[in-house]
Amino acid sequence: MNNNNNTIVDLPDQATARIPQPNFISKENGLMSWLLTGDHKRIAILYLISITFFFFIGGALAGLIRLELLTPQADLMATDTYNKVFTMHGIIMIFLFLVPSVPATLGNFLIPMMIGAKDLALPKVNLLSWYLYMAGGILALYAMMTGGVDTGWTFTTPLSTHYVNTNVITTGFAIFVAGFSSIFTGLNFIVTIHKMRAPGMTWFRLPLFVWAHYAASILMVLGTPVLAIAIVLVMLERAFGIGVFDPAKGGDPLLFQHLFWFYSHPAVYIMILPGMGVISEVISTFSRKRVFGYTAVAFSSVAIAVFGFFVWAHHMFIMGISNYAVLVFSLLTMLVAVPSAIKIFNWAFTLYKGSITFETPMLYAFGFMGLFTIGGMTGVFLGASGTDIHLTETYFIVAHFHFVMVGGMLMAFLAGIHFWWPKITGRMYPEKISQLAAVVTFIGFNLTFFPQFILGVLGMPRRYASYPPEFQVLNVFSTAGATILGVGYLLPVLYLIWSLKYGAIAGNNPWQATGLEWQTQSPPLTENFTVMPVMDHEAYDYEWLESQKAKEVASAG
Amino acid sequence: MPDNSAIVHGAQESATAANNANGANSAHPEQPSYLRHHFNSTEQQADTSNFAMWLFLLTEVMFFGGLFTAYLIYRNWYYPAFVAGSHQLNVIWGTLNTVVLIASSFTMAMGVWCAETRRRKGLVLSLTLTFVLGLCFLGIKSIEYREKFEKHHVPGAHYSLQSFVDPASDPEIFKEYHDKPLPLDMARHTEIYFSLYFAMTGMHALHMIIGIGILGFMIYRARAGAYTSGHVTFVENFGLYWHFVDIVWIYLFALLYLISRHQ
Repeated sequence: MNNNNNTIVDLPDQATARIPQPNFISKENGLMSWLLTGDHKRIAILYLISITFFFFIGGALAGLIRLELLTPQADLMATDTYNKVFTMHGIIMIFLFLVPSVPATLGNFLIPMMIGAKDLALPKVNLLSWYLYMAGGILALYAMMTGGVDTGWTFTTPLSTHYVNTNVITTGFAIFVAGFSSIFTGLNFIVTIHKMRAPGMTWFRLPLFVWAHYAASILMVLGTPVLAIAIVLVMLERAFGIGVFDPAKGGDPLLFQHLFWFYSHPAVYIMILPGMGVISEVISTFSRKRVFGYTAVAFSSVAIAVFGFFVWAHHMFIMGISNYAVLVFSLLTMLVAVPSAIKIFNWAFTLYKGSITFETPMLYAFGFMGLFTIGGMTGVFLGASGTDIHLTETYFIVAHFHFVMVGGMLMAFLAGIHFWWPKITGRMYPEKISQLAAVVTFIGFNLTFFPQFILGVLGMPRRYASYPPEFQVLNVFSTAGATILGVGYLLPVLYLIWSLKYGAIAGNNPWQATGLEWQTQSPPLTENFTVMPVMDHEAYDYEWLESQKAKEVASAG
Repeated sequence: MPDNSAIVHGAQESATAANNANGANSAHPEQPSYLRHHFNSTEQQADTSNFAMWLFLLTEVMFFGGLFTAYLIYRNWYYPAFVAGSHQLNVIWGTLNTVVLIASSFTMAMGVWCAETRRRKGLVLSLTLTFVLGLCFLGIKSIEYREKFEKHHVPGAHYSLQSFVDPASDPEIFKEYHDKPLPLDMARHTEIYFSLYFAMTGMHALHMIIGIGILGFMIYRARAGAYTSGHVTFVENFGLYWHFVDIVWIYLFALLYLISRHQ
């Protein structure tokens, strides 16, 4: 399909090209040079390896869930084991994969480069946040192996405080620790974006990736501490019976719901916003156009962050909050659809009359746009209290948030990993097989999760190991799709590792993209730039890029 | 702009002092050794870490905010129980602790000033006083906690309602407040009050303990001459943290000890 006419890839002559030395990878050797590093790029790679590890553990648990649901009876595992499996799947995927996925890897690697800084503002805090993440992750695995936890990832009281006898305290502590990792990442980003920008890099010249991370960081910094205190209170309740959430003593279990969702709803925007940042970069680069309505897209990120704090009670429509609260939160929930739609429409307008090419990151970005739109629209169904009462706690919810999180965020993550892989490693991934992987992922995803919308409307409840036999056909579809999806996720791991040694040398700017990160060598130097960059043009200025190239040719000739 | 990347950071303070002395009169002073490699100037570095500290305090506000929300809701629902519970606290100890903490904030502020004006002895003295006052606070707090244990006012299996359903059985408190007995279902909610009392003052005490630990480290470093050679960010930021913990206590004091005082 791809010949030289319909690709923008511009690689150096492979016969003479070499990986530039020194670079941040080759500068120092040995395990300790990685474990004690302050370099944001090295920490990003530590994160990338660790979140991939946890992703595959969470993925294996998802596989077990789908296998169990292949048949209507609970036959693969005991029902309480099933409870533990879906709980750990949720906890690992949310706290150890989705929340740190794009920010801690790509954000960590790219934000300083995009704004023209040598590093994040607080390198030691950055390293600390990786160690906290690992401590949280290991604690969670320890809790899983010594008996697991079966409350669901939501730790709903009084189930978690009074009725189960599993590792709630250990798992809660793991999430508490991992939460601080997220707080420190967000704090570091905000400080860096405020204080470390290069000369000329004004707020409205920042790439939209940076805006999206800024908005997500606000949520991390303001939301996560509330989760921390909610979990501390659950742990105290279990350990000492303090009664704050215990109705027998006058406490209110609903208060836990408020505190928990005050974080955990904004958390879904922590997960999706950085992904939206990736999509802005990819769409612009592969349609050779400035993002349509730059300012609107930038502010829509902030709007999502702000609205995101005032919608949490839509998780509680069936839990006995007042009708007036339902009305208000229903309205506010639908308001979030506005900035989300602004983004989708603006990306669509960016494509309009662009010179579109179909490299792998772009395929994933298309996947994101379609699947996120479906995921977002079904969110409006759930925000309307009438339909919510019918659909909540069914597979409709499961399908909805997997469309947003897996169809949206995971696609965006893979788009970003492929897009910046040449910058991170200095080598290209193999194009053909990765395009295949993107298509396989898209097909597998739809086959897995689309039937779940129908199951939900038909009334199949979530979180049960068994179901009435009439739901089996759709569940078999879903499990079959999960297998294809699994292949789609395994492929990138294989060929990306392969490419570390055998990939084509990428050169500085294989995509001819405009960001500052592309104007340096790949892989970059430890301090990113040899001279401090001065930003003298707008973001996504392709004419500026052309003039730069013309200059280079002139000086070389 | 000199090339900072060659300068090894974390070098000795004496080198810094020498740099400052040399650079004082020249037009382009050399950058001091404490400037980390990724900053362009000491102003940018100080600005950045101050900003980060304020942001961290914002996360702390949100952290305590969860507890304050719970307090607000339950106090509105169970006001009589909260009043009866607060009468069990000793306002004199509480006031004394408030004075101790405000005094420690003053000594901390003096410490920051000493660091800025490069007075090593003054800095060590101020930090040591802050350290001692912090320990005083925890000592007084532990006396108060012990009283709660003795009276079975610690939430959990051994919680006793005696003082609330039959106030006269607790003559010391009764003499002062003449509380009427609470009906049993309201009396049971005093346990919520004490849960919040221990959760809030406990979280506050945890912050104090962390602060005192850092103070110990700072005293050790200050004796060796750190912080008094121009690089005061750490002392300043710790000062912000200490004042924040102090302010939290002032709220806790009003909310937990003085519930019935506005009538």
